[in-house]
Amino acid sequence: MGAIGDFIHSIPIDLLIIQTVNGIVTGMILALVASGLTLIFGIMDVVNFAHGELFMLGAYMGVLAFATTGNFWLALVLASLIVGVFGAALQILTLRPLIGRDPLNTILATFGISLVLQNYALWQFGPVARKISEPIGAEFTLFYLQYPWYRIVIALLSGAIIGALWLFLKYNKFGVWIRATTQDRVMAQAMGIPVPLVYTGVFALGAAMAAASGVLFAPFGGVDSGMGLQWVLEAFIVVVVGGMGNLAGSVVAAIFISLLEAYAAVWLNPSQAVIVSFVVLILTLLFRPTGLFAVPK
Amino acid sequence: MTAAPLDKTISPPNMSPPNKARLSHTAVFWIGFCVVMALLIVAPLVLPPFWRGFLTEILIWGLLAMSSDLLIGYTGMVSFGHSAFFGLGMYGAAAALILVSPPNLWLAVLFGLIGAASAAVFVAYFSTRLRDIYFAITTLIFSQIFYVIIFTWTSLTGGENGLIFDQPHFTIPFLVNVPFNSTTMHWFVLAVVAGSYLILRRVTQSPFGMVLQSIRENEARTRAIGYPVERYKMVSVMLSGLFAGLAGVLYAVQKEFAAPDFVYFLTSGEAVIYNLIGGVGTLVGPIVGAGFFQLLRQLLSQWLGDQFPYLIPLGIVFIAMIIFLPQGLLGFARRWLNR
Repeated sequence: MGAIGDFIHSIPIDLLIIQTVNGIVTGMILALVASGLTLIFGIMDVVNFAHGELFMLGAYMGVLAFATTGNFWLALVLASLIVGVFGAALQILTLRPLIGRDPLNTILATFGISLVLQNYALWQFGPVARKISEPIGAEFTLFYLQYPWYRIVIALLSGAIIGALWLFLKYNKFGVWIRATTQDRVMAQAMGIPVPLVYTGVFALGAAMAAASGVLFAPFGGVDSGMGLQWVLEAFIVVVVGGMGNLAGSVVAAIFISLLEAYAAVWLNPSQAVIVSFVVLILTLLFRPTGLFAVPK
Repeated sequence: MTAAPLDKTISPPNMSPPNKARLSHTAVFWIGFCVVMALLIVAPLVLPPFWRGFLTEILIWGLLAMSSDLLIGYTGMVSFGHSAFFGLGMYGAAAALILVSPPNLWLAVLFGLIGAASAAVFVAYFSTRLRDIYFAITTLIFSQIFYVIIFTWTSLTGGENGLIFDQPHFTIPFLVNVPFNSTTMHWFVLAVVAGSYLILRRVTQSPFGMVLQSIRENEARTRAIGYPVERYKMVSVMLSGLFAGLAGVLYAVQKEFAAPDFVYFLTSGEAVIYNLIGGVGTLVGPIVGAGFFQLLRQLLSQWLGDQFPYLIPLGIVFIAMIIFLPQGLLGFARRWLNR
């Protein structure tokens, strides 16, 4: 018992609270990435390997737009728009011909896209990470740390974007089309919903959301061509744990997993902390393959 | 350079209407096999040193891709985790070559296979409960777990720098003990790859292989007939993992190093790409795919410089092939090769 008692006393409470804040902030960005991914999966049955690269392209577009306009928030909007349009073009060129084929074909196609985009970014922008300054300089004191307000703003903004997406899906006509297509593709088509257009629109929407999270993350991570990979893996885990195609589930799962990783990082080094989320994924797949937060239909 | 004629020699054009051919299918197959083998045996004698090593490397990547073809093409499961088996084979061989002195080739093979098998048991047990996309993602995550372990366990694996060791001699106990040169290395790799091909071909044509193919065609019906589908899947993953591990051993022995980069899931992705380019469900297709991919990559970097991002045009070719030629380069010969 003594060992356990020592262990409990050795837990640094202040560090845990800092990690809670950190975990929620990364969790919200991750939720934004994952909700785009889960939207695309839920509707098109496409596991989008290139999602991390859309995130990375968004971050680069943000850097470029910020350099031109000098306004971070304008850069955020511009980058999302550009990557959204790019996503639509990508879907029409590469994924639309694959509709009706084995879903594994689309995994491989998006894997190819991700290779191309990643190498393009490396070639175009070089291996040195780009930095972008935080648009809000203010900080507040959290124990011994000066914690930037910007991170809190990111978390809130990500939440707001996800909330807007939810409202859009619930009330907008296009959103209703999307939900109808998710439930029953053939029936939706029979009712006159232009399903191919919905596919393209959803892919563009997902791409724009990935880009937005890329821009939001850029100030504290730096932008390089490999950044998409680590995010897409995490986002996959979140999407599976939250239940494929389940928006609310992926938000909860994103925060859950980011918190776990943040706590694990107190004791392990950050690259090992990733294993925690891998273990969560495996346990989920073994015991609740439809996702931890799946609503029984 | 000799990788290109592979597809021509394996399926002679006069064999396309199978019933009217004079020679039996078996005879033509073995003649084709011997011709290709003869070409590959002679190749290192006529090729300049660089292309010699290059051809050997293609064979090794081909073996990795061929092992994953057992899953993709025959059992109908796409694995993104073959880098784990490849990597464990590589590090297993590294362990044997570093710990035992003088380095022993067969011990390296044994250790590599044990390493790959232990990873394969683990992956097979958990991931075969899942299907399609979920299987692909789980295998990917498993390979990343092995990657993180290998990458961070610096004291054992050398971490990011990997491990460097001496090349073992080619030994047959009490008879032969000669160091490898690039030609004999090529022959050794060729022998292993050709042997693996024949074993895998035999496996896919055995009753066991038929069950695997019936799982691919209709899993529910296979289960309804009474086959323990999960057990068959597990065995196929383990078998596939063993051959992937063998490829890892060969790579370690040829290159004299092991690095965590090979455990990263991009290696698995490349194995899948080779399969798709060459043609899934053909076993030789993946080797052709590996040759096509590596050759194109090599030529691009020779024409356009080392800095040229060869994966951009290759990725575009790959995407175009998925859309327009999903059967791959050897897809037309698939039925013939599997008879």
